[in-house]
Amino acid sequence: MTSPNRPRSFQEIILRLQNYWAAQGCAVLQPYDMEVGAGTFHPATTLRSLGGKSWAAAYVQPSRRPTDGRYGENPNRLQHYYQYQVIIKPSPPNLQDLYLGSLRAIGLDPMIHDVRFVEDDWESPTLGAWGLGWEVWCDGMEVSQFTYFQQVGGHDCKPVSGELTYGLERLAMYVLGVEHVMDMPFNDPDAPIALTYGDIFRQTEQEYSRWNFDQADTDMLFQHFKDAEAECARILAAAETDSAGRRIPMAHPAYDQCIKASHLFNLLDARGVISVTERQAYIGRVRALAKACADLFLTTDAAGVTA
Amino acid sequence: MPDLLIELFSEEIPARMQARAREDLKRLVTDGLVEAGLTYASAGAFSTPRRLTLTIEGLSAGSPTTREERKGPRTDAPEKALEGFLRSTGLTRDQLETRDDKKGQVWFATIEKPGRSADQIVAEVLDGTIRNFPWPKSMRWGAGAMRWVRPLHSIICLLSDDSGATVVPLTIEGITAGDSTRGHRFIAPDAFSVTGFDDYAAKLRRARVMLDPAEREAAIRQQAENLAFARGWDIVPDDALMTEVAGLVEWPVPLMGVIEDRFLNLPPEVLQTSMKEHQKFFSAKNPKTGRIEGFVTVANIETPDDGATILAGNQRVLAARLSDAAFFYENDLREAKSGMENWAEGLKSVTFHNKLGSQADRIARIAALSRDIAPLVGTGPDQAALAAKLAKLDLRSAMVGEFPELQGTMGRYYALAAGHPEAVADAARDHYSPLGPSDAVPTAPVSVAVAMADKIDTLTGFWAIDEKPTGSKDPFALRRAALGVIRSVLENGVRFTAKNLMFWPVIKRVVTDHHDTAPRDRELVSKLASLGYEDDARTILNKMGAATSDRYRADIEKLKEAAGSITDDLLSFLHDRLKVYLRDQGIRHDIIDAVLAQPGNDDLVLVVNRATALNDMMATENGQNLTQGLKRASNILTQAEEKDGVEYSFGADVKFAETDEERALFAALDTAEPAIKQATASEDFPAAMTAIAALRAPIDAFFEAVQVNSDNQIVRRNRLNLLSRIREAGRQIADFTHIEG
Repeated sequence: MTSPNRPRSFQEIILRLQNYWAAQGCAVLQPYDMEVGAGTFHPATTLRSLGGKSWAAAYVQPSRRPTDGRYGENPNRLQHYYQYQVIIKPSPPNLQDLYLGSLRAIGLDPMIHDVRFVEDDWESPTLGAWGLGWEVWCDGMEVSQFTYFQQVGGHDCKPVSGELTYGLERLAMYVLGVEHVMDMPFNDPDAPIALTYGDIFRQTEQEYSRWNFDQADTDMLFQHFKDAEAECARILAAAETDSAGRRIPMAHPAYDQCIKASHLFNLLDARGVISVTERQAYIGRVRALAKACADLFLTTDAAGVTA
Repeated sequence: MPDLLIELFSEEIPARMQARAREDLKRLVTDGLVEAGLTYASAGAFSTPRRLTLTIEGLSAGSPTTREERKGPRTDAPEKALEGFLRSTGLTRDQLETRDDKKGQVWFATIEKPGRSADQIVAEVLDGTIRNFPWPKSMRWGAGAMRWVRPLHSIICLLSDDSGATVVPLTIEGITAGDSTRGHRFIAPDAFSVTGFDDYAAKLRRARVMLDPAEREAAIRQQAENLAFARGWDIVPDDALMTEVAGLVEWPVPLMGVIEDRFLNLPPEVLQTSMKEHQKFFSAKNPKTGRIEGFVTVANIETPDDGATILAGNQRVLAARLSDAAFFYENDLREAKSGMENWAEGLKSVTFHNKLGSQADRIARIAALSRDIAPLVGTGPDQAALAAKLAKLDLRSAMVGEFPELQGTMGRYYALAAGHPEAVADAARDHYSPLGPSDAVPTAPVSVAVAMADKIDTLTGFWAIDEKPTGSKDPFALRRAALGVIRSVLENGVRFTAKNLMFWPVIKRVVTDHHDTAPRDRELVSKLASLGYEDDARTILNKMGAATSDRYRADIEKLKEAAGSITDDLLSFLHDRLKVYLRDQGIRHDIIDAVLAQPGNDDLVLVVNRATALNDMMATENGQNLTQGLKRASNILTQAEEKDGVEYSFGADVKFAETDEERALFAALDTAEPAIKQATASEDFPAAMTAIAALRAPIDAFFEAVQVNSDNQIVRRNRLNLLSRIREAGRQIADFTHIEG
């Protein structure tokens, strides 16, 4: 890792990925403005992987996994972290090469590293989605998830989307040679005001860990879950035509409620108030919402349906 | 005779699927070629992560022309019949001929199938093979409809002979077969063309691809051993890991690393599991310390820095993993030393099965059963119950949460850390055994007690809630549990009446379910509950019997009856598994049936001893003839008893004997009967067999010389009563009517 090509900060890695995928023709989107567990939940992936329309997007997605909070103490675990997500439909025949190009772009040269594609099939029970692919290993470390979507929301993906997900902190720590995530330079270490990841996130990790594990009002969260579920169902059941006679099915607003329900479930799970048997039932309820949203999305223009 | 080369070049094929895929490719293609009329001399299949390859040598250049004659309807048959025949042969009437047959004139068709060239056939067979390939999981990609394990990029399909090589014309979903492939993904990514298998394998090697998985395995093994040898270490052999690793690389480059000192106090199982599961590292053991001190990782590339960057990266990842493991272990040890109360408490909220309660409920049941089993295996009830209570606590430990396969192994370390005796701690490790037919059975008494209790609880629980295995479905692995009980009992010579042991867990469950399913009897159930049925069903039933009204007593009888029939059903399931087990040991199924029809059939050791002795005897001519004699005696007797409406069982007297043979049989029985009785009473079944086998000659001689159904009723009755003595002697051993032949 003494290559002159080596990035100097977390943000430089993100910027290089943005530039690289922009150069490959992806629309560089911004993060979705809601709490999600992974970049896959962004409608740019979940909904846009459905239907026949071609699509190519790349974006950073802040992701929240309340159960992974460690008060900022664990060198590798965070309840809030970043994923870099690339989604291309139909998956191009050279997707593996494109991906390897992105590793070169951030300073990982496959001629001196050991880059491998190791079987890892992906499944999201909450999204009713699955695909086949690999986790990509670099020198024994998982640096990305590489998936060919086969089903989303219970629907066959035709054409198939190729999805790449980079766990940015872990990848960056490796590229930058940092042992503890909080020590990682966020901006350039020689900048007048050099900031580490810890300068920005140590306090929030502590605050959210406390709230996630000890403080979140579970009665209120249960109620919010029910509300989101009900609102999702209501939106989906609404007439497709508005008062002016325009056909406007509301797949995205409905899907927002599904995302909310999913995150509320994760919060309740972190609070330890969902038993093993209830778990499956809650996952099933979110999946039902996701499927219904997918059904509706497939009737819309964005899914390639022409009126 | 041309040779055929096929390569299916794709994105990375999961390592675990490659061996099957090689076999399937070879089988499907060669079967298809042979089916189409081609022959070949030899075939070989290979794989790397990115390719499946098949080479076939000495393929015939084409299929021969075949002629088939088919007989049709008679010439005077209705027109419809002839039309059908023409349709089925694809011929016209003028192409048929008529011949004389026994029954008159008959239409005959000669169907000629012209031979086809090998390339036509190969194209067809390969097309079918690719479209119908039996991948365990396959996928679509891009906008295509084709399925393969991962996206398929190119196909080589090449026929070559002395005059050169030709590409077989074939296009599947936009991929046209050619003669070119690519080498190592990073070292030699450019396409190159080949002229046949030898050229292909040689060029691949130059392009840093070792085609043959066996060669890759051998290379990994040898280099890993060399690296270990240089440090005086040994590689811990792991065939499954070897196969997997060889399926992850095209050009194996083993690299050796050292485990940091701070991790060397972790249990070796933890080091090994963490390195294998997460990193696919081989473990290296230092024979001087007996510890795992190093690892071998297998890279897929030779680098200018001789793997230094790769090794540093792997070392770093391992350190992070082992830091986690060490953190888990330290926390777990703290909990273990403080008595593991939190874990026991935690298991109350872990559901085992929604009808069978939590893991804590289950542990309480297993502890109670272990207490009952302890004296049968020669250990103290308190120690067995303690071991049972501890055995599954590690399910709540952080380490087992991370590595479920370390359940039991960690339990042993934690029980020792908590200050429990070795025998109790060992039970935590060993009570899951045997996990399969070849897995060792526990032998230490405490471990045997807990292992049996664990499995009997599983069986009685699922039987009582009617979740039995059906056909190929056995989601709770009950067949395995039953075999585990059988092997634990037999290999340790545990003497017990299975029915008794199984009845109490079943009735407790029945009482509990009663509560769920029959609200009208809630009064009864609450009464039972108030008497503490969860603790000891025996006591409450006795108490209930004395202390309650007749109505309750009737209800209790019903519960007992329900539990009895469930227990009987479970016993017959155990018997079925025992039959399968004994058949594998070479004991005939009819012999097992004959023994199982005897009383005491729930004492499995007794059953097997009897069956083994009987099986040995039945392997001799003497034994087979004796069986004939016993069955003949039994048949004559049964017929006479049916006819006369009485049972002949008593009163044969030698003074009514008319022949020497008859008197000789009396004498033989007088000798054999007490010998058989004594031998069976002391369970010396070989001696019992010897004693009954001595009857063979007298019985044969008797039937040879004597007509049982004599006109003299006294003589007849006497002889029938004599036969009943033979039948009784046989019944001491087994129910011979089940024995075939």
